[in-house]
Amino acid sequence: MAFKKHSVLPGFNLSLGYTLLYLTIIVLLPLSALLLKSSGLTAHAFWAVVTEPRVLASYRVTFGASLLAALINLFSGLLIAWVLVRYSFPAKRFIDALVDLPFALPTAVAGIALATIYAPNGSMGELLAPLGIKVAFTPLGIVLALTFITLPFVVRTVQPVLQDLEVELEEAASSLGATRLQIFWKVILPTLLPALLTGFALAFARAIGEYGSVIFIAGNMPYVSEITPLMIISKLEQYDYLGATAIAVVMLVVSFGLLLLINGLQWWSAKRLGRR
Amino acid sequence: MSRLLAALLTLALATPVLADTTLLNVSYDVMRDFYKDYNPAFAKYYDARFKDKLTIQQSHGGSSKQARAVIDGLEADVVTMNQSTDIDAIVEKGKQINPGWDKKLPNEAAPFSSLQVLIVRKGNPKGIKDWNDLVKPGVQVIVPNPKTSGNGRYTYLAAWGYALKQAGGNDAKARQFVTDVFKNVPVLDAGGRAATTTFMQRQIGDVLVTFENEAEMIAREFGRGGFEVVYPSVSIDADLPVAVVDKVVDKKGTRKAAEEYLKYLWSPEGQEIAAQNYLRPRDAGIAAKYAKQFPPVKLFGVNEFGGLAKAQKVHFDDGGIYDQIAAAIAKK
Repeated sequence: MAFKKHSVLPGFNLSLGYTLLYLTIIVLLPLSALLLKSSGLTAHAFWAVVTEPRVLASYRVTFGASLLAALINLFSGLLIAWVLVRYSFPAKRFIDALVDLPFALPTAVAGIALATIYAPNGSMGELLAPLGIKVAFTPLGIVLALTFITLPFVVRTVQPVLQDLEVELEEAASSLGATRLQIFWKVILPTLLPALLTGFALAFARAIGEYGSVIFIAGNMPYVSEITPLMIISKLEQYDYLGATAIAVVMLVVSFGLLLLINGLQWWSAKRLGRR
Repeated sequence: MSRLLAALLTLALATPVLADTTLLNVSYDVMRDFYKDYNPAFAKYYDARFKDKLTIQQSHGGSSKQARAVIDGLEADVVTMNQSTDIDAIVEKGKQINPGWDKKLPNEAAPFSSLQVLIVRKGNPKGIKDWNDLVKPGVQVIVPNPKTSGNGRYTYLAAWGYALKQAGGNDAKARQFVTDVFKNVPVLDAGGRAATTTFMQRQIGDVLVTFENEAEMIAREFGRGGFEVVYPSVSIDADLPVAVVDKVVDKKGTRKAAEEYLKYLWSPEGQEIAAQNYLRPRDAGIAAKYAKQFPPVKLFGVNEFGGLAKAQKVHFDDGGIYDQIAAAIAKK
């Protein structure tokens, strides 16, 4: 006597079907077009394009700068989220809204603004120049632009989790004799870890694909401050569609691999915490 | 996908218009000011002669990027570019323009030309007079990226041609010379406009190399007080070609208007508007009238390099001489 199992939530087939259809049209279709196009290259030619020294240098710049920017935002994002959730102070709403600004601003505007401020004759650049620090038109400028662009990710993923975190937990730990450091390491951080990792992954992925803001501040010197998206654009300028797709496929595969890895980590840390 | 996007874009551009005939002119960045003056003048002439009210729409961007949009399906009636290779690309890749477009109009279909000049700071503090001053140590040169910008490619070729024309000049020496010029480049912007911003707004560099007509734009934008134009002893003749997009005009039935639109560029009025925008006219009479603003400069053409298509292949394609130069500079 087998009964058909019914989920508590009805409409599983319908909603899953819709999800798959939607993802196929919005995400998979353009991506498979990309892969299909790159299959016009022989394996040998593909390898030659994606391992050209100048392209290799651009991977280092793009992935290195994105990693740095995501790491910076991992720490500063946590701090900002903490301040916004745990304390109340005047103009808190205003500062909260400020966090989202990098999302709303066209990236080219952000790039031009940063380049203007950090150029040797800009207001910040003037202060840093005597110290021998050059930001605009160096790899440091790329990190700066990417940090700006990806700031909201960590803040916005950590904030709701932090809001749900009951203060009673910390009080209980404290009454059981835990030091402040222990509370942070053993109570707060494990709870926040999945959210932190999600924010980090989002920031990292966004930074890898960023073009508009970086291009104005990078200086675009070959082998030094050329990002991979620029290599794609410069291939397109030569009407080399196949070469451009080849590099795009490499970025896609590497980014997807990294995201998968981070998602795995996040899943593992959530499981360890006993959630689902 | 990009075809769809282009189609949507054209649709968005075209819907609100209720004129008899609409032309779309796809052009490059620094031609904005010229066509702003030329389009109303032509529409007036066309209406008087053919009793047809024209609406002319403009699209501007980097020359190669614009050509790519046309290849991908942007329905341009005419293209007005800064390099014949961009129109050739539409002929070869998109097949929207028939071969032989450069024979259908005079001057190989280039109604006017420009050349590369040196723009220096007021008073010329570094004493820059000619191309060989760009390789001096301590001189910073602002040039857009030859990989992504026609403007940058012309500068590269101008410097190369200058070195060739010196006593005992040969390809090896020219290559060394161009390497030395690019060694002094601190920022490679993606396009001509961005390079202008770097030089004028961020005050980076001692000399900006760009088109002569861009110098006039700088004067209008930033005032005439901040810079000086230096004409080098020799420069490259940059022909700015135009073409009718055959496939589109035959489909839309706008061939007559499009052809008249381009032909009128050679009329005295068209040539005068060009001269007013600091584009060197072909018409001898107009050229004489504006001689004061166009100092005579010894010019060589891209035929020195076997044509633009060959120069692109030898110098600028991936693995070409410019890439080798960039690699050599990065190693130092």
